[in-house]
Amino acid sequence: MEIFGIPLQAFLGQLMLGLVNGSFYAMLSLGLAVIFGLLGIVNFAHGALYMIGAYVAWLAMDKFAVGFWWALLLAPLIVGALGAAIERTLLRHLYRIDPIYGLLLTFGLALIAEGIFRDHFGVSGQQYEVPELLQGATNLGFMVLPNYRAFVVFASLLVCLATWWVIERTRLGSYLRAGTENPALVQAFGVNVPMMVMMTYAAGAGLAAIAGVLAAPVIQITPLMGSNLIIVVFAVVVIGGMGSILGSILTGLALGLIEGLTKVFYPEASSIVVFVIMAIVLIIRPAGLFGKEA
Amino acid sequence: MKLKKLPAAIALATATLLTAAIPARAQYSGDVIKIGIITDMSGLYSDIDGQGGVEAMKMAVADMGGTINGKKVEILYADHQNKADVAAAKAREWFDTQGVDMLIGGTTSSTGLSMSAVAKEKKKVFIAIGAATSALTNEQCSPYTVHWAYDTVALAKGTGNAVVKAGGKTWYFLTADYAFGAQLQNDTAEVVKAAGGTIVGSVKHPLSASDFSSFLLQAQASKAQILGLANAGGDTINSIKAANEFGITKTMKLAGLLIFITDIHSLGLKTTQGMYLTDSWYWNRDAETRAWGRKFFEKMKRMPTSVQAADYSATLQYLQAVKAIGTDDPDKVLAHMRKTKINDIFAKGGWIRDDGRMVHDMYLMQVKSPDKSTEPWDYYNVVETIKGEAAWTTKAESKCALWK
Repeated sequence: MEIFGIPLQAFLGQLMLGLVNGSFYAMLSLGLAVIFGLLGIVNFAHGALYMIGAYVAWLAMDKFAVGFWWALLLAPLIVGALGAAIERTLLRHLYRIDPIYGLLLTFGLALIAEGIFRDHFGVSGQQYEVPELLQGATNLGFMVLPNYRAFVVFASLLVCLATWWVIERTRLGSYLRAGTENPALVQAFGVNVPMMVMMTYAAGAGLAAIAGVLAAPVIQITPLMGSNLIIVVFAVVVIGGMGSILGSILTGLALGLIEGLTKVFYPEASSIVVFVIMAIVLIIRPAGLFGKEA
Repeated sequence: MKLKKLPAAIALATATLLTAAIPARAQYSGDVIKIGIITDMSGLYSDIDGQGGVEAMKMAVADMGGTINGKKVEILYADHQNKADVAAAKAREWFDTQGVDMLIGGTTSSTGLSMSAVAKEKKKVFIAIGAATSALTNEQCSPYTVHWAYDTVALAKGTGNAVVKAGGKTWYFLTADYAFGAQLQNDTAEVVKAAGGTIVGSVKHPLSASDFSSFLLQAQASKAQILGLANAGGDTINSIKAANEFGITKTMKLAGLLIFITDIHSLGLKTTQGMYLTDSWYWNRDAETRAWGRKFFEKMKRMPTSVQAADYSATLQYLQAVKAIGTDDPDKVLAHMRKTKINDIFAKGGWIRDDGRMVHDMYLMQVKSPDKSTEPWDYYNVVETIKGEAAWTTKAESKCALWK
């Protein structure tokens, strides 16, 4: 059986890979959506935070023999703390002025972080092994799926759903959403809004770090790994609708699939298909597929 | 009477001084020997050349004593960010306003070609080192360009022949979708076909692709024995990583067509052992290369790549020529370099051909298994030394108008 001239098995294999890549997009765009939705900051440092997450995992392994599972816990905490420091010392001063300043500041921070890591570690990349528990591959019949990649899909879906649930379904989430609508009023009810905002940015940074740790065993750990990915992730967020959490998760997965299929039918276009879709979406629905019209 | 003569005397004296000064300025333009390198200082190829390349040039200047016939040697460097237009603009600025006498071109083929064109227009010495494209000495050859380290033809001949000889008859290419990738694929395909192999298919991937697994599954479906990687740097690293992860390496053998020692360092021997590759230089080949490699290591904390060793060699040979003939006049220096044999840590008995190719031995190497590696950066066994002319484009194949 064939689909558009491609054997069914190969077709299913490519869909599976699209899902794997889509789950990375979903996890990264989720952090961006949370930060934009609740702080109104276009966080261009997200790629750098993702990169730092991967480096934390590598350094932990290389210098302290701390394994993957601990890194998965440690990296978001460390990068989250870094995020909190950035919010408290820098971003805090920008909330009342044009969002473009937040974009410029975070972009500058990303360049500085990349520069420091490049100077220190070089660009050719570090080695990181797949954790022992997840080594090997499973034959699905239509393709051989490495166990680690299956784990990535599972882990990222779990993280995405947990984040969505916290923000949309819990009391804390309702405070957060109320805080973005009217900070003064929420503060009057005795909620510490500045602290909440800081923790939100820290959580967004932590999400980027988790994605970084998950990526460490499968792609080259280099200071440039964030900037290679961040542009696509921004496109995902724009298509999904800036600030829409469910939107960014679904769009991330969908675009991973579409990109995967493009790699089969017209590989040369695989790096731009996301942007073509973005252009079309912006023409038809300027607020994004799941965004609310302003 | 005496007063009347004075202006004339002054005029005469000045004229004498002037004529004395003119040859001195003609000998060394700007009274200083300026050599520059424009390369990737910050991007994905900066470990291959970058700051290490600048350091290698400084080592050559130091080995020449810091001055040539009493004239200071200055080194300039700039980042071209792998953009051809940035490289060309910088080269033009240096030749026009900085008085740069010799320019070394770093990584990336497109920047090498654009700088070569500027040097030709300005009639200045240009030595291409990090750029791979064989077009520099073929269709786009120039009397002012010397291609020093390696090119796509030499890589193809080295690895292509070796792999076919070892039984790898059917090939599938994973190719970076830009000028360099296409050239490397074509050059290799020709070598493979000439050796009796066949090309089953190919897939093009965008530069700096985020994931290679999809392309690799397509390659595996082709049932070819060999997967030829016509890409470089991070793209090669990520393709090899994914090929191992998805078990592609169980059914296909990988042939990396442009692999630097920094790539092996980043991937580790466990992943890369047994792989064949062709390079122009390897630090752990003999006592002389080892000694120089260790000297470089002391400064940079990593072993030099072939490109960095070639930066050293080109700078050294250029300065020796300038010293020997007592001028930095580009035509005279190049004429001298063309008739002088090149003997240093990089090349033995090398010479510069009419098309600008610096002809020297290339090395076919195989990556060691982890238990055979005795120290960090001890990664290769030299399987075969590809002698001089056999490594490069032949006169019959050449389309260079200067070599007819």
